[in-house]
Amino acid sequence: MGVGRSYCVALVGLNGYIVEVEADIGQTLPSFVILGLPDAALNEAKERIRSAAQNSGIPLSRRKITANLIPASLPKRGSGFDLAITMAVLCAANDVRSIGRTVFMAELGLDGRLRPVRGILPAVMAAVQAGFPDIVVAEANAAEASLVPGAKVHGYKTLARLAYDFGADPKDLVLDYEPSETDTAEDDDTTGFPEPDLCDVSGQGEARRALEVAAAGGHHMLLTGPPGAGKTMLAERLPGLLPDLADTAAMEVTAIHSLAAIQSSAARLIRRPPFENPHHSATAAAIIGGGSGLPRPGAASRAHRGVLFLDEAPEYERRVLDALRQPLESGELVIHRSAGTAAYPARFQLVLAANPCPCGKATGKGTDCTCTAMMRRRYFGRISGPLLDRVDIQLQVERVSLADFGSASQEEDTATVADRVLAARSRQLERFAPFGLEANSQVPGRVLRGELKLPPGTTRVLDIALERGALTARGYDRVLRLAWTLADLDQTDRPDINHIGQGLGLRQAASAA
Amino acid sequence: MRAKDLLGQHGEALAAEFLETQGMRIIDRNWRCTDGEIDIVALEGDILVVAEVKTRRSLDYGHPFEAVGPAKLARLHRLASSWCRAHEVRALRRRVDVVGVVDDGIGQPLLEHLRGVG
Repeated sequence: MGVGRSYCVALVGLNGYIVEVEADIGQTLPSFVILGLPDAALNEAKERIRSAAQNSGIPLSRRKITANLIPASLPKRGSGFDLAITMAVLCAANDVRSIGRTVFMAELGLDGRLRPVRGILPAVMAAVQAGFPDIVVAEANAAEASLVPGAKVHGYKTLARLAYDFGADPKDLVLDYEPSETDTAEDDDTTGFPEPDLCDVSGQGEARRALEVAAAGGHHMLLTGPPGAGKTMLAERLPGLLPDLADTAAMEVTAIHSLAAIQSSAARLIRRPPFENPHHSATAAAIIGGGSGLPRPGAASRAHRGVLFLDEAPEYERRVLDALRQPLESGELVIHRSAGTAAYPARFQLVLAANPCPCGKATGKGTDCTCTAMMRRRYFGRISGPLLDRVDIQLQVERVSLADFGSASQEEDTATVADRVLAARSRQLERFAPFGLEANSQVPGRVLRGELKLPPGTTRVLDIALERGALTARGYDRVLRLAWTLADLDQTDRPDINHIGQGLGLRQAASAA
Repeated sequence: MRAKDLLGQHGEALAAEFLETQGMRIIDRNWRCTDGEIDIVALEGDILVVAEVKTRRSLDYGHPFEAVGPAKLARLHRLASSWCRAHEVRALRRRVDVVGVVDDGIGQPLLEHLRGVG
């Protein structure tokens, strides 16, 4: 009898902190106390642990058990501490041998089964980084935990099995195991259904080109057009054009999704850029992240390294849209709540779609449109200037003509375009390696007008537009970025006057409306 | 009802014996007042020990210690005061102990003793 010790990880956002679990068995009447800012779910651990230990054949001591989670000031939540507390208590009672520097992360079922928990990937990353490579998780989390390089992961099905390996007396242990319903569920492929193909889109040559440019340079995009023009269809095909995620990016994305997932556990890294398509009734907390206590990631963070598509953008609350300005600049969301502050990465590619007016008919000559000028202005006014200013590509999508609609078969497919995008991306990676950047959309104006300065002859159109006031200084830089992407797609070393003209076209197409 | 009372008496006898082997002097058993009953009153040096004995045949319905809750503890402390008043004893240091007895009637009975449970 005495003090037992084990380790666990507490997650604050995506940052994990090693938590030391101390358990003490006092010589007084039976009770069970958990100290160190536990939340309700963690306080329920007492009952789960008591039952699980009893049903595994290693009942807890009939004395006063005190479990202390250190550091006490760090808020701890959820059921992932069950196993670490149990092992510390068993260790204090000398039921198992001393545990050393092993980290335990699993929820306990009443029957002593180890159940998977959310956020295993970021937690294991933190543990390995802190110098705790030995990790015990539930069998169902083992694949996800093993994704972390350097982690020595041990997956267990039951507490009894684990206790046995830690030297518990086998004669009392309940080692037979009945698989539950959830065990037998097929481990489905996390990549899910195939991404939609670009060849499904008929016609829309200009829009396809714009989509390709957006994919190649990582530019944000606004699509305006009448209902049925194919804005949603186009946007859904953007992630398919993006290249596979590199190792670090894939790790970040998988970590966020591990935390946001309600149940499933990732068996492999997410290699494809995610696509998030929230409904326009979404609140700021749903998009940005939030919730009571410690904030959880929202749609913007789930779209990290992928595409955040806001269909019917003017229908969103203005507050929600404007909340996106900060992550668009910094690629990160810092959310403050009562229990703490969480920072989630949110470097997404934004795609906005909007009708030309509330009734959606102000296209072409717009003779069918029933909206007043005031209504139209108010409709677009909801997408604020500062937000639109960050959107490089502003494109008008027209209705598909009958001629295009008939000849659907010859359109380029996603694979062909994705190859060009990949080539353009690798040119950018090479060029920006000394700057620590990845894509044209991230290049600061200082670099555009400094190291990457173009000869005055090439930029003359822009200079004139700037002088006349037709283009803002920020707009000037945006056109330059687009021109670089267009040049990369053409496999030329620097943009020429033609690329600048095209870039100007992509930026201004919508403002004509 | 008789079986359970017999078991209780048996347990208390075992507990009293046990406490004596621990160097305590039993000075009263089954003292009753309107507020309840003290199983054992003993002296350990100059400390007055009020001991509650809980006896079980098996652990199927929990450990004997688990049956001693905060309400029962509070009552034991009150009873300790009552006992002192009734016997005109004062200025004694007092302590409440709990003795758990598990006796299935076949093997050796198992006794556990918690001192000063608060």
